[in-house]
Amino acid sequence: MGIREDIDGIVKSGDVVLFMKGTPQFPQCGFSGQVVQILDHVGVPFKGVNVLENDAIRQGIKDYANWPTIPQLYIKGEFIGGCDIVREMFQSGELIPLLQEKGVAIRDKAIG
Amino acid sequence: MPMQARDIEALIKSALPDASVMIEDLAGDGDHYAARIVSEAFRGKSRLQQHQMVYAALKGSMGGELHALALHTAAPAQK
Repeated sequence: MGIREDIDGIVKSGDVVLFMKGTPQFPQCGFSGQVVQILDHVGVPFKGVNVLENDAIRQGIKDYANWPTIPQLYIKGEFIGGCDIVREMFQSGELIPLLQEKGVAIRDKAIG
Repeated sequence: MPMQARDIEALIKSALPDASVMIEDLAGDGDHYAARIVSEAFRGKSRLQQHQMVYAALKGSMGGELHALALHTAAPAQK
């Protein structure tokens, strides 16, 4: 199995998957940390994949999504974007409807 | 080797000749910039596609010598 298949498996291993530097508890990059904060604020459970632990994934994910940076957010296997796009979607009120439209459960603590 | 704002602007304009490009140096280290880019080429494209077009224009420097480029892209407002 090649790295692309491995990544494909990881991307589809959860409703919301965040390829990031560090872990949700200990992000090791400001941009990764911002996306973690947004997902926590929205109240959506997600799986963090620490690319710092696996260089093949760290490079492979960039080719997989044709996107040169980390973090990368995937919802139901679809690449949504990096920090800028997730923040812009959150600020413009698009992120929660997108999660709902894709049938992703959001904990009730999400603020309006 | 950090990038200069004018190099970023030149790369973007070579791929998007009509683009208006405003670049802000966030940290003064040649590594962290914000860019606001307006181009007709973005019309009808998703944010993701627009940003991918900008990264393509930067020919691989994004994520390499250029660590962070906060992007805001848009098509010109319709007249």
